[in-house]
Amino acid sequence: MHEPLILLLAAAYVGVLFAVAYYADEQAALGRSVIQSPVVYALSLAVYCTAWTFYGSVGRAATTGPGFLPIYLGPTLTAILGWVVLRKMLRISKHHRITSIADFIGSRYGKSAGLAGLAAVAALLGVVPYLALQLKAISASYLALSGQVGVDPGTAPVHQDTAFWTAAALAVFTILFGTRHLDVTERHEGIVAAIAFESVVKLVAFLAVGGFVTFGLYDGFGDLFRAGAAVPDVRDLYTLGGGTTGMMEWVWLTGLSMLAVLLLPRQFQIGVVENIDESHLRTAIWLFPLYLLAINLFVLPLAVAGLLQFGSAAEADAFVLTLPLAAGNDALALLAFLGGFSAGTGMVIVAATALTTMICNDLVVPVLLRIPALRLAERSRLTGLLLAIRRGGIVCILLLAFLYVRTFGQEHSLVAIGLISFAAVAQFAPSVLGGLYWKGGTRRGAMAGLVAGVLVWGYTLPLPSLVDAGWLEPSFITAGPFGWELLRPYALLGLDVFEPVPHALFWSLLVNAGAYVVVSVLTRPTLVERSQAVQFVDVFRRAGPAAPHTGRATAPVEELRKLLRRYLGGRRADRALADYARQHDLDPAALTRADAELVHYAEQLLSGVLGAASARVVVNSVVQKKRPFLDEVMHMLDETQQALATNRELQAKRRELQRTTRELQAANAELRELDRRKDDFVSTVSHELRTPLTAIRANAELLRDHPALDPEQQAVFLDTIVREVRRLARLVDQVLDLQRLDAPGDGSPHRPVDLRRLVANAAAAVRPQVQKRNLRLSVAVGRGEDAAPPPESEPCVVDGDPDRLFQGVLNLLSNATKYACASVDLRVRPADDAVEVIVADDGDGIHPDDQDIIFQPFTQARRTGPQPGSGLGLAIARRIVEEHGGTLAVDSEPGEGATFRVCLPVREPPASGERTPEKESPPPATGCDEPELDSGRPKATSPSIQDLRSAP
Amino acid sequence: MATVLVVDDEPSIVLPLRFLLEKQGHEVQVVSDGARVLPAVRDRTPDLILLDVHLPSRDGYDLCRAVRAEEGGEAVRIVMLTVNSREVDRAKGLALGADAYLTKPFAIDDVLRQVDELLRVR
Repeated sequence: MHEPLILLLAAAYVGVLFAVAYYADEQAALGRSVIQSPVVYALSLAVYCTAWTFYGSVGRAATTGPGFLPIYLGPTLTAILGWVVLRKMLRISKHHRITSIADFIGSRYGKSAGLAGLAAVAALLGVVPYLALQLKAISASYLALSGQVGVDPGTAPVHQDTAFWTAAALAVFTILFGTRHLDVTERHEGIVAAIAFESVVKLVAFLAVGGFVTFGLYDGFGDLFRAGAAVPDVRDLYTLGGGTTGMMEWVWLTGLSMLAVLLLPRQFQIGVVENIDESHLRTAIWLFPLYLLAINLFVLPLAVAGLLQFGSAAEADAFVLTLPLAAGNDALALLAFLGGFSAGTGMVIVAATALTTMICNDLVVPVLLRIPALRLAERSRLTGLLLAIRRGGIVCILLLAFLYVRTFGQEHSLVAIGLISFAAVAQFAPSVLGGLYWKGGTRRGAMAGLVAGVLVWGYTLPLPSLVDAGWLEPSFITAGPFGWELLRPYALLGLDVFEPVPHALFWSLLVNAGAYVVVSVLTRPTLVERSQAVQFVDVFRRAGPAAPHTGRATAPVEELRKLLRRYLGGRRADRALADYARQHDLDPAALTRADAELVHYAEQLLSGVLGAASARVVVNSVVQKKRPFLDEVMHMLDETQQALATNRELQAKRRELQRTTRELQAANAELRELDRRKDDFVSTVSHELRTPLTAIRANAELLRDHPALDPEQQAVFLDTIVREVRRLARLVDQVLDLQRLDAPGDGSPHRPVDLRRLVANAAAAVRPQVQKRNLRLSVAVGRGEDAAPPPESEPCVVDGDPDRLFQGVLNLLSNATKYACASVDLRVRPADDAVEVIVADDGDGIHPDDQDIIFQPFTQARRTGPQPGSGLGLAIARRIVEEHGGTLAVDSEPGEGATFRVCLPVREPPASGERTPEKESPPPATGCDEPELDSGRPKATSPSIQDLRSAP
Repeated sequence: MATVLVVDDEPSIVLPLRFLLEKQGHEVQVVSDGARVLPAVRDRTPDLILLDVHLPSRDGYDLCRAVRAEEGGEAVRIVMLTVNSREVDRAKGLALGADAYLTKPFAIDDVLRQVDELLRVR
């Protein structure tokens, strides 16, 4: 067949793939994702069927009969029995934004960069031969189709090696597909759609060839198998126990494939990372096995037909192509080629994408981040760099695969290479499965197991294959290295009952699992490991995504934003932060300090780009941990500590609640008390109003009923009425006064007040009461203790409202007059920066408990006195004094009388040499202007409710 | 004619009461301090007492009971004059032995009529 035709067809096919991917991406951008369908998910899972399936199954069936089946029984069993495991991996990966199987392992064991890197290396080692296998299959099919049978491309110069051009083409292809987007994290919807499409193509192609051979060249299955039964070699293939496949082989092959379909990087990529809906699994668990059944339907018939046609010496791996070619059906042969091509390309695209993600996230970036000279943290955008790393990774991977083909490819059948890969990825089994179900697995355990497993795998499988390549002496296999028989790579410790692959599998998994368990038991996990372990194992028990392990970490939001912009790109970073703010009802502009939750959110976002381990390193560079040593402390604690912490938190909350309740109760009690006092006050005021009202009414009615009284008598009653009306007015004034005191700043302007004269006037005002009770009132002004007359030189001037100050002093004086037994002392004396007014009585005194209460409005001390008052006088006095920046205090012992002490700040001396306030400034007020100092009318100036009752 | 004891510490109220009672021919005695009521009663038992409740030293309710306990105190007519206008205060006064209960501010005619009535019954 013409090579240009084949190349043209392949190019056209790739064009169609691009169209499919492009269409899918377009639809996704429009919000109509074509991969929403569970069928697409199930079909994309069929990336499991590679060129190995397409060509190799027939090859294997031609030698082992049904022995090709375990490779497909395994995935079927995994789908049917192991979907619980798959579902758990899915859920975990979604919560933690896992990007690859290496990321999964690293993340599970404390976001360990080392472990993720190790897993990436293991995956690379395991998968490169598998990729090589695809190259080999594609190039072999090309050669077969173009009629160059028997040409060994491995001996040709590189530029004539079809495998090289295949690798180059696939590298370009994968770069265009897998790293087409600048955005490195979003799901590759286009790839998934293209892979599903390829699954259809390879199935259709294989069924077409199978159908043509079975029903075209032969007359159905019966005819074909009857023909085969006539040939002894072929007949042996029909029986299960026949061929070369023993029961033992069936078991380990099936088990190995069960693990492979879970752990192969490309299966993880498609089945877990690219999955968009967990419920798709429900369709996949029956549709995927059905697909496998369908694609294997014609494997045995094709093998039988090939053997009948070409004999057992022919290249059985090529029967799918050579059978239609031999029958002259070139079109079908081209379709078969396309089917094999699609199987190979699908695998390469996905596997290379998955591998390059691992290389980038788990190998290159962690290293770059640790090289300070690169100053990665200072770059504003790293998406370009990440993309370049990934593209470079793809080229390297395919180059490695090509070198593998060129070096070893010709010596191994497709199946052998495939099984080496399967055995390699099986090394992930202990740490992945253990990590899913056993919280006790530690990072060191996983590391030990993986290293041991990969080393044993390398020693027992790829290393001996170097013998075939001529790099090692055959005695390495037969006698062991340096003649140590116990170390023979195919018969370690003398175990020689197994074939090489199951032998390697046995030892590597035994050592791997053993090291994993033993080291895990012997080592202590760190806090992060413990937290991740719980989140992985108990993923279904937790309602939401992972709780922030970052705990007490905070960071400036701007730093986080810069970080996100660097790795995600500006638009996406801003959108993500805006999303966060919206979800948490926060004002995006007000976000300044990121709390632990936002830090965790950012780390998760970055995990999607960089993998968990690198994301952690990057985020930690901007995070300020409040108490880093806490990790070590927490290290000692068990999981139950978390419950205790929650409990403690609850207790703290409860205590806070109790405190608030107590405060509210106190406030409530205070309000009640205030309310009660107000009621009392209103009641007192109304009582006090009734007394003058009664007097006025009685006197007025008397005058009305006795108009004939002589004028002198009338005058007495009229005077009484006038006096009582005045008293009423004063009472009303005082109530208003108290209200005004409650709203300060409404007083008249201050002026100089001479306290000596004010006190003298106040003394004159209470003289009638004093006389009435036969008291002695002494007035003294000056520093001395004696009651000498005030020397005029002593300045006792304060700034203030004279009326108010007069009222305050009068209230104190009235109070003293009321309670005194024999004498009242009134004294004014200058102190340092103040003037003191002291009012002392010799009454029963005030109990210490009551000394505060007496100054509160509406309260009355339990003080034995002539009569209960309203309790307003002292309250008003104190307020007036405080209004003037002074203090009013009481000093008293029960039985020893009471001393009230007013202390007012002295007036600032006038600025320009003025000597006395009397001479230069307006004369100081004395407080006698407004109060009526009519000595003939007792009580005329008394403003205190206590004093409103006049004595007989 | 009768003897009336006026117990109140408000001279402005005592003044018209005394004037009118004396005008009607009664003999009026005034006391302004609660402590001096019982001595006055013992000294000369009045026919009627006009008793204020709010008094220095001793309140009217207490005095009312005390007067009733005195020898011959049961015969004394007692009229309580008080600012306590609540029904419960009135009931308390009457329960303690008052013959009448008048709330301030009272109409002076009511006081005189009450005094007349009580003295006539005697």
